[in-house]
This record gives sequence, structure tokens and C-alpha cells, in this order.
Amino acid sequence: MADSVKLEEPNTGVEQGRRDFLYIATGAFGALGVGVGVWPLIDQMNPDASVKALASIEVDISTVGEGESLTVNWRGKPVFIRHRTAAEIQASVDTPLSELKDPQTDAERAEKPEWLIMVGVCTHLGCIPLGEAGEYNGWFCPCHNSAYDTAGRIRKGPAPLNMEIPEYEFLSDTKIKIG
Amino acid sequence: MSGHSTYVPKSNAGKWLEERLPIISLMHSAAVSMPNPRNLNYWWVFGGIAMFMLIVQIVTGIILAMHYTPHASMAFNSVEHIMRDVNWGWMLRYTHSNGASMFFIAVYIHILRGMYYGSYKAPREVLWLLGMLIYLLMMATGFMGYVLPWGQMSFWGATVITNFFEVVPFIGDDIRTLLWGGFAVDSPTLNRFFSLHYLLPFVILGVVVLHIWALHVPGSNNPLGIEPKTKQDTMSFHPYFTMKDLYAIVLFAILLFYFVFFNPNFMGHPDNYIPANSLVTPAHIVPEWYYLPFYAIVRAIPDKALGVAGMFGAILIMFVVPWLDTSKVRSAKFRPAYRIFFWIFVVNGLLLGYLGQVNTTDDFLGIHGITNLLISRVGTIYYFGFFVVILPVLGLIEKTKPLPNSISEAVLGVEGAAEEAAEMAVATKAKA
Amino acid sequence: MNNLKQNITSIARKTAIALLVVTSVSGSALAAGGSIEGAPEPAHIDWSWAGVFGTFDRAQLQRGYQVYKEVCANCHAMDLVKFRNLSEPGGPEFSEAAVKALAAEYEIEDGPDAEGEMFMRPREPKDAMPAPFANNNAAKSSNGGALPPDLSLIAKARGHFSFKDMFMGRDGLTGGSNYLYNLLLGYEDEVPEYILAHDEHTNEMGKEADPNFTEEHFELGDSNFNNFFEGYKIAMAQPLDDDYVEYTDGTVATLEQQAEDVASFLIWAAEPKMEIRKSIGIKVLLYLIILAGLMYAVKRRIWENVRH
Repeated sequence: MADSVKLEEPNTGVEQGRRDFLYIATGAFGALGVGVGVWPLIDQMNPDASVKALASIEVDISTVGEGESLTVNWRGKPVFIRHRTAAEIQASVDTPLSELKDPQTDAERAEKPEWLIMVGVCTHLGCIPLGEAGEYNGWFCPCHNSAYDTAGRIRKGPAPLNMEIPEYEFLSDTKIKIG
Repeated sequence: MSGHSTYVPKSNAGKWLEERLPIISLMHSAAVSMPNPRNLNYWWVFGGIAMFMLIVQIVTGIILAMHYTPHASMAFNSVEHIMRDVNWGWMLRYTHSNGASMFFIAVYIHILRGMYYGSYKAPREVLWLLGMLIYLLMMATGFMGYVLPWGQMSFWGATVITNFFEVVPFIGDDIRTLLWGGFAVDSPTLNRFFSLHYLLPFVILGVVVLHIWALHVPGSNNPLGIEPKTKQDTMSFHPYFTMKDLYAIVLFAILLFYFVFFNPNFMGHPDNYIPANSLVTPAHIVPEWYYLPFYAIVRAIPDKALGVAGMFGAILIMFVVPWLDTSKVRSAKFRPAYRIFFWIFVVNGLLLGYLGQVNTTDDFLGIHGITNLLISRVGTIYYFGFFVVILPVLGLIEKTKPLPNSISEAVLGVEGAAEEAAEMAVATKAKA
Repeated sequence: MNNLKQNITSIARKTAIALLVVTSVSGSALAAGGSIEGAPEPAHIDWSWAGVFGTFDRAQLQRGYQVYKEVCANCHAMDLVKFRNLSEPGGPEFSEAAVKALAAEYEIEDGPDAEGEMFMRPREPKDAMPAPFANNNAAKSSNGGALPPDLSLIAKARGHFSFKDMFMGRDGLTGGSNYLYNLLLGYEDEVPEYILAHDEHTNEMGKEADPNFTEEHFELGDSNFNNFFEGYKIAMAQPLDDDYVEYTDGTVATLEQQAEDVASFLIWAAEPKMEIRKSIGIKVLLYLIILAGLMYAVKRRIWENVRH
């Protein structure tokens, strides 16, 4: 029992209907505003303009000889740039797609066969695999024993996918743009 | 907060929780079934508005902290990074900086409403004390927040305020060094201010809960200043006061967002867009507007130690108002003389605010021979005089107007109240 | 007796309101600055972007950038503005290709490279506007001890707010652009009459001398005279005059035109989000006003059977 005034209200149908409509309309309009207003509070966590501006990098690859690798930092992650030997390319091309967990041809992995450019992050839980290591002489992730081949394709271990190929283009024979 | 709840859990889960932690009935009694005097006017909405502003400040503040860097060499640029690069950063930062001012506006009106209607008098002294504690914490929080952008006003405001502590006898110098974490305001100072600026709002929130608790024991005061006697004098908090408060909050939000979107720098100072420079002092150091009356008091007193004591005293004296006011009558509605002194107090506060940001040696409003300093002194004397002379003496000699018998009689007239009481009796019987 | 009391109350209330009005009005009057008799009045430009719906004139911002680039940038840095900002919406809105080309006109130190050497590379859109001096000390020593301030926020740092503007529905930023405009136009070759007259006047009055005036005369020293600079003595020599830049869009480069263009550009540099701020603001306020109307109706409905 509330200790307060509660008078019987004149309760005709029309009056009641109009009242309910007003309450519902106001409630919906208020909820709409709250919904829209919450978006900036969330969106502020997305990458900001300065982060987006750094999204692409240019790399000079003239110094990377055959059989050598270069690791560059792109969006806070390592990108492996591998100048593959003929043997490595051959090993990759010769692998039948049926043996692959995540089937991709060597041509899909590398635009120019001698240059393999990929994000050096294990697709299992994000560790960085070691180069020229593992059963397939490609990459080997020490965290949970995932083994990648010379095209960075997953061959063994818990990782589900091949290592990611970023967007890149050759600006010239010795210069690439990643991102 | 107990005692008023009519909450009966309907679901099994509700019953299960109610037996273990009666938190829903607690909130129900605080925001739904609490009986509130029926005659509250619109001056009573500012508590709800202040609560809304506190939440706005906490939410935007947590977000700003995600992008801000509390280091002397990076703070200024990180704020500009928020303004220029972070998605919606400009809006969040402007809401936070203008929100601080709006929070103070709401709280000042809330305090003055309490003073006008005598809301601090028995049995609401603890309610008042907790409110003053919130105000004091707000002052500290606002001051430290203003330091964070690390502009010229931030830096020199911090320098001036921390130098106040030097007047403490014997250990003043040590206190100052302790506050600074160095030999001047610098990165360590900024970093600890940031930490405390993040912490204190949650302390405020805790004291607000106590403040509301202390409100619910005696219930709200009202414009007549007499206690509700019958159930006819009160209305349930929901929907009557929830909807009224929400309406007022929306109106207040219009004011807030007008400033945020159309004049966001109105309440700031241009010099704070100049990075802090420890070798150049700005021509006129002025604190944020909400400290200006107190700044005027410190400048009006010629001695440094006394000035600082006066400034802090001006805030602390507000704590003892319930014991300084000797009048038995609460509301200024029935205290014609108090009403005059109250309004002079309000104008005097505004005047001190104005005097806090002008050159003390200049003529007051261009009147030849009357300096701002002189007027500041008069204002300071009135400020303290109001508390230590007018409040105690007036209560003893003032001839107050007769109080009405009850709230409903004052609202409806004697006959109307009787009529309504009869209607209610019929309605109750019909229900039974 | 009661009547008298009521009268006193009403008088007190009226006095209180009057005092309140006087306090706020006089506050704004003083903020506008008490100038010396005979001093020229500062101009108030009708800025295209100042109103509630105001947006920047893209061509004007592009011209302003040209003035900044060819004149101001010789001494002033603008660290917080990046080249990419020039193509972002709400600004000069150069094309992305144009911004790339503008950025590439300047070099920036990068590195270290694989050998540990620092190297120079062309600026990219992500880089800041070039600074003319390596650091503040270098800037000071090249400018006779005076530091040319960074221009990123200058329009807001000098932007004293005017109540008049607010009542006219204008943006608070106009204080900054009007100041910059007047400053650029406010140079005099010689100390003007009104200063000398004021000088004599103060001496006659025997008042405490204005600190900007010497005992005998107003002396410029190595400074330049500017009608609108606080204290009238400014280290910066007159930076602009008619035809200092040749506008690529064919606009006649009068001094006034250049000053207006560069002042608008500096407003944008200080407040690059102004346009989106206002456009969202209108929607937010419209929404809140409608919501307030609905809430008022709800509140009335709820209270309609309660006499209070």
C-alpha cells in the first residue's frame, strides 16, 4: 500500500487509447535516441583516422637476395617477404591440392613465384612462426606445432588456414606496396 | 531506503533473489514507491539532472581515458588527437568539457534551492552534509580534470592552486613538493592528477548513493517546508516524479548539447589551446568559472595565508549551515526577511564570480575611484556575514508568516482537501 | 506593515534581477576591450561558415592554404595538421592525388634504415605540415628572439568569445578569425596620432603610466606597430600586402582577400570538425526538442488529474 495520492482516473476507452499511444510513441522515440546515441560511444574504439592513414607501406626489396627473407611491420603485424629459391617454388608447385587442409595453388599464394609475401601470423592463435623450419621446410609455429610449407600453406598441426596474403602490388621490380 | 516498498516479486526467480538479496525491492522503494510531497516545484528537478550529468561525465570520461596520454610531453597532443582523429572524439571531448560546467550549474541550483527552502534543517542535516561532501569532491575532480589538457591555463591553474598549500604552517613546503612529485608542476603531477581524476567520480557516485539513502529516510522537503502528514500530501515517485524529472533532463540536455555543438569553447579559455609552457605565465590566470567566487575571495584578502584560509573557509562554512541557521521555519516562503538576504546572497555570489576574473586594480564597472578589489572585499564580508551573522541572528528576530496546516490544504484549500480525502476514502473502500 | 514587507521583498527581487543583468552585460562589455580614444574600430567580417548552418567555402580554404603555404609557413609551423586532412570532408577538400603531390613537395627525415642511418624521403599524406625550423630555439634565434607560434590552434588560442556573436547566432570561433583578419590589416608604418595623443594625455593626467608607454613617448624599438595587437608592438613584420600571392583560381589577391582567406583556413586548421559538428548538432537539437515536447505531453497526461 503506497502512502500516496491515487485517484481513480476517468477511464473511457478513447481517452485510454490516446494515452497509451502517447506513452508508446514517446518511449519508442526515446529508445531510438538512446540507440543512435550509443553508437559513437562504441565506434570510438574503431581504428582512428591516424591509424587508418598508416595502413599501407612501401618496401624496397632490392637488398633481399635469393633464399633470404625480410620481415617488415605492417599494421602492427610482421609481414614475411621471402625471396624463394627455385627448389622451394618447385616443392610448392609439386604438392597436390588433395594433400592440403586449405587448398590453394602456388600461383594463388604468390603473384610473382619468386616473391612470397604474407602476414607472418599463425592462423591458430596468433603466434609468429619460425622461418625455414619444420617438416615441410617452410615455417613452423613453436606454440602448438603447426607446420607450414614453402608457400605458407598449413600442412600439419592445429592451425586451420594458410597464412594470410595481404593486399600488395609491385610498384617496380624492386619496390612493393603492402596494403 | 526501506519501509516504503510495495514490491512483491512475481516470478520465481524474483522471489529467489528477493530472499537472498533484496536489491530489487530496494531500488523499487527508492525510485518507484517512495512517497514524495505533491507540491514539489521545478526547482526540485536539479537533483535528478545532476545525477544525469554525473553519469554523462563518467561515461564520456572513461572513453576519453582510452585515448588520452597523461604525460607532460604528450598530453596536449593526445587531446588534439582525440579532437582530430578519434572517431567522434571531438563530440565526446566537448561533451565532457561542457558537461563539467553543466554539472556544476545543476549542482549550484540544487544547493541554492536547498538553502532557499531550508532543506538542510532537521532531520535532513546528514543529507546536507553528504551533499556538501559531493560538492567538495566535485571541486577537486573538476580542478584536476582541467589540468589534463596541459594547456597554459591547465599548467598555471595547477601551479597557483598547489601553491595555496604552502601556507600550511611548518609542513606547507613539503606538502607542495609531495603534491608535485618534483620541484614544480610537471609530468608526475599530471600523472597523479589523471589517476585521481579517474578515481574521484566513482567516490562521488558512492556518496551520491548515501545522499539518496539519507534523502529517503526523512523524505523530500518541499516548497512549504512542512512535513507531509497524511497520504493525501504525497504522490508515489513513479510515474509522477520520474516523468517530471525525465522531462526536465531532456530540457537540460538541450542546453548542454547547444553548447557542445554550437559554442563548445564558450566556457573554456582560449589560452588553454596554447601548450603548457613553464617559462611563460599567461597575462591573466583565471580558474574555471565555477571556482571564480572563491578565487575572488582569495584575492580580496591581502594576506596569503589568510586568503587561502578564507577560500577554503568559504567552502567549509557551508557544511555547518544546518547549525548556523536558528530559524524554526524552513521555507523562505514564510520568511520575508530571509528571502531578501538570500537573494542578495545569490547576487553577491554572481558578483564575486564576475570579480574573480577581472583585474583587481581596475575600476569596478568603470566607476571612477571604486576598484574591483574594494567591491570584492565588500562581497567577501557579505558572504561570510550571511553565514555567521545573518543566519543565526535572523532566526531569532524574524517575524515569520503563519504556516499552513498541511500540504494538501495549501494546494487545494481547506474544502478541496476535505473533498479529496472523501474521494480517496470511497476509492479505497471500493477497492477493498 | 505586511505591505511594507512585501514591497521590500519585491524591490529586493527587482534589484537582484537588475544587478544580475548588469553583471553579465558589463562582463561582456569589458571583455570586448577598452580601447584608446581615436583608435580604429576592428572590422567584423561576415564569415561564410559562422552561422548555425554555415559551411566553409572550399575555394576560400584552398586559397587560404596557398597563403599559408607561400607566406606563413616560412616562419610558422603547423604540427597538428597533416596533409591527409586537406582532402578530408569539411575542409579544403583537395583531391587525394593533389594532396599526395602537395605532400611530396616536402621531405621528412625517416629511419633508421637497415644500416641504422636516418634518411630523407618525400612527405606522404600521413605526415604533418613541414616546420620551418628544427626546434623552438632555432626558430627564436632566427627571428630576433621572438618565437613564431605554431598555427595549428592559433585561431582558437586567440579566439576571445563575444556575447554579441552568440546572440547573433554566430559561432564562437569568429572571435579568432576576426582577430587574425584585423591583425593582418592592422599594421602602420609609423606610430599613429591617436597613440601620441594618448601618450600626452596620460602624462597630463599624471596617472600611473600605461605600461606600454614610456615616460616620454611610445617607442617601437625593433617591433612593428599594429593597431590590434595587445600593447601595439608586434615582433612579426607585416606579413601580407596586395598581390603577395598569385591565386591559382584567378581571384584578385587584395590584402583583404588574402587575410580573409587565410583566417578562414586557420579556423579550419584549428577546428577541422566544425562542419560535421554543426550538421550533427542540428539533428541532435531537433530530436531533443521533439522529445521534450513528447515528454511534456506525457508529464501533463500523468499529472492531469492531480491538483498540485
